[in-house]
Amino acid sequence: MSESINKNYALQLRNITKSFGTKVIANKNVDLDVRYGEVLAILGENGSGKTTLMNMIAGIYHPDSGEIYVNGEKASINSPKDAFRYKIGMVHQHFKLVDLFTATENIILGINDGKKYNIAKATDEVKKISQKYGFVLDPNKKIYEMSVSEKQTVEIIKVLYRGADILILDEPTAVLTPQETEKLFDVIRNMRKDGKSILIITHKLHEVLAISDRVSVLRKGEHIATVNTSETTENELTEMMVGKRISLNIGRSEPKNATDRLVVSGINLTNPDGVKVLKDISFTAKAGEILGIAGIAGSGQRELLEAIAGLRTLDSGSVTYINPSDSQITELRSKTPLQIRELGVRLSFVPEDRLGMGLVGNMDIIDNMMLRSYKKGKSVFVDRQPPKQLAEEIIESLEVVTPSAQTPVRRLSGGNVQKVLVGREIASAPSVLMVAYPVRGLDINSSYTIYNLLNKQKENGVAVIYVGEDLDVLLELCDRILVLCAGTVSGILDGRTAEKEEVGLMMTKVNGVKANE
Amino acid sequence: MNKTAVSTKDYTHVKKAPFITITKRDATSLKRNILVRVIAIIAALVVSSVITLLITGENPIRLFSTVIDGAFGQFRIWGTAQSVAMLLGIALALTPAFKMKFWNTGGEGQVLIGALASALVMMTASSLPHWLACILVVLAGICAGAIWGIIPAVFKAYWKTNETLFTLMMNYVAIQLIKFFLKVADKSGSSTVGPSLLQYGRLPVIFEQQYMLNIIVVAVLTAMMYIYLRTSKHGYEIAVVGESENTAKYIGINVKKVIIRTMALSGALCGLIGVLLVGATSYSIDPNLAAGNGFTAIMVSWLAKFNPIIMIFTTLLIVVLSRGAENVSMTLGLNKSFSDILTGIILFFIIGCEFFINYKIHFNIAKKESKEVEFNGNN
Repeated sequence: MSESINKNYALQLRNITKSFGTKVIANKNVDLDVRYGEVLAILGENGSGKTTLMNMIAGIYHPDSGEIYVNGEKASINSPKDAFRYKIGMVHQHFKLVDLFTATENIILGINDGKKYNIAKATDEVKKISQKYGFVLDPNKKIYEMSVSEKQTVEIIKVLYRGADILILDEPTAVLTPQETEKLFDVIRNMRKDGKSILIITHKLHEVLAISDRVSVLRKGEHIATVNTSETTENELTEMMVGKRISLNIGRSEPKNATDRLVVSGINLTNPDGVKVLKDISFTAKAGEILGIAGIAGSGQRELLEAIAGLRTLDSGSVTYINPSDSQITELRSKTPLQIRELGVRLSFVPEDRLGMGLVGNMDIIDNMMLRSYKKGKSVFVDRQPPKQLAEEIIESLEVVTPSAQTPVRRLSGGNVQKVLVGREIASAPSVLMVAYPVRGLDINSSYTIYNLLNKQKENGVAVIYVGEDLDVLLELCDRILVLCAGTVSGILDGRTAEKEEVGLMMTKVNGVKANE
Repeated sequence: MNKTAVSTKDYTHVKKAPFITITKRDATSLKRNILVRVIAIIAALVVSSVITLLITGENPIRLFSTVIDGAFGQFRIWGTAQSVAMLLGIALALTPAFKMKFWNTGGEGQVLIGALASALVMMTASSLPHWLACILVVLAGICAGAIWGIIPAVFKAYWKTNETLFTLMMNYVAIQLIKFFLKVADKSGSSTVGPSLLQYGRLPVIFEQQYMLNIIVVAVLTAMMYIYLRTSKHGYEIAVVGESENTAKYIGINVKKVIIRTMALSGALCGLIGVLLVGATSYSIDPNLAAGNGFTAIMVSWLAKFNPIIMIFTTLLIVVLSRGAENVSMTLGLNKSFSDILTGIILFFIIGCEFFINYKIHFNIAKKESKEVEFNGNN
């Protein structure tokens, strides 16, 4: 299906493979052809290897095997500088700008062309580029005075200033308003007219259809297909993206006396950058069932769980906890994690960032067990005996592979780190258990251990909230699935009857199907 | 635009893998750590001997015995003990802040302000009974030090100011306050305020040994700090906040409170050392009272990896070197700067060996195979 190596292509990838460690294969035998003057959308779920692939083209990673050809000639790219020699530039999701510098200063930063430093000339050059492609930017404005969209403009001009003919944009629209997105697309069209090749990573299907000439779909690190945008549909793309439903044989029992446990209603949240990340979210988590939360990465999953756990201050809305023993109602909004615990709310939370939030990497397993319980009792000293017992119990029951309970958790493998964390959170006998991406980076066996643990909690009458990325798992494990899209609930589906494509479509479509619960 | 006509010129200078790559060691064995340190000390002694021989023609053995004599000689051992006690005391005071990753570079100022507060009481408490004056001297010093620690902590906790700069600048404020005090207290224009003015509330002398009280206080402090950091709830909170503020928030630790509380403790202990320096040692005060120990203590604490017990040894090392160097310049008639050079060489090796303990160096020799040769720092 792939063309022979020739000069009619700006960029060609052949058999690119990249793995991290022994378990995670990010890309497997990927072939890709990029033409001159086209916009190629790279589409795929979370963890499908899009960003890794782009990083290899941009010189951030080096492929384990395979070749990259630029203009029909074999290229050796070991660093972003090398990439620029081949006229390839990438605009990352997270901007790398010096706040106190002006746009121009940031743009010329790091250029070592042997010429004399001439800021006036550089400013002219920046202005020329802006005019040519239709950017709106004041070259003398400092970064800290800029909006997110202006910062992005600086990043794009930075790449153009270095003479890039192949531009890679990693989810450029994720941080933009619809109006700003439109402007960006105009600029992209101008660049295409100029003969540049643009690779754009995006999750949003309607944007793919609006801007791209062709679409390459990746799934689980492999290149599934490249199709012409004009000849495809949202449904077809979704199907390629999520694949056929695979049976995993994860057990799922019928929920028993599913009573309301946690009622979230109408919550709104603005993050420190001033971006609205949660918009009017309402749902109910019930005892004895697993509520799945599906969505493209960064749709508000993290913020939602952190808001419930008391780590974020909500703009509005309420989070109500219904006590299982006496049905007493407790409002959790604007309470700190400590206050929540002091109210007798047994809320456990396995965060996405295991070593950065859930655990302390440099501490041993015992001290990490103590995180939840160290405050108990009046003594000014900590009692390491109970956490030591707990550590040993967890090591034994969850088969944690570790030299001893005194080993710092950062030395454990990903799966064992997760067992330690989940083990600790379950040990406090929660009545609500929130888990975010609990099987990310885990091998199959460890993943099933985690699923079984969650199922057991559900059978014990715990309200489990499961944020996941693998749709097959969500569909087999969860009783209900809430789909988030760009900070809004695009629907709540029954896990037993939902179709994979249906979930996929709701994830990618802003203002998708309304909640139908 | 024609994209095909890109000249091959653009593709030159594509870099190969670098010759030397440095990677962090994941785990280091105890045996290896000790070995590297021993080698570092031997190397330091060899290099400094060679330099001594080349520059001065002095016998290195004689030089080192002079160093040892300077630290542990009959008439110098108490002075060494006093220096160790004061330096160790300040290092202990800084340690809880450091464990929290709060870089308190204001030890000097916290000591001085504590000393100043004590001196004020010692000058004015004429009408109080001696025991009450003593208590006031101690309390005043501790409170003043604590305040000097709390101010930067509050700014850090609420407005995220840079604590290193803040605490550093507080040193100069303390120095200026002492200078002002000297002007006001002693109209003769002397550069110190001496025993004749600081009469009241002098702390008791134990076992007829001038420095005994200081040594006992610091010894107790060492044990208490060890226990505090290891087994108390506060110590645990300090460690969690230092390792990961996110984790601390996640489990509901009040991060602001811990920062302020810990810096109050750090400053208070520095203040206590100031009390000892004025109230139990010299009965005089001047801007150079802390003698730079507020800064040297940073190194002591770091070298000991914030472990109070190991800090005893790192303090000894530094005090022995500096007092030995003094003795060298006195008895061998060498310039004082020369002994400073030797101290520098020895510290360079001892601090430098940490690099080989924490990192691995690979040399990429063969081009095609890119075979890696490990350099362990001991071959």
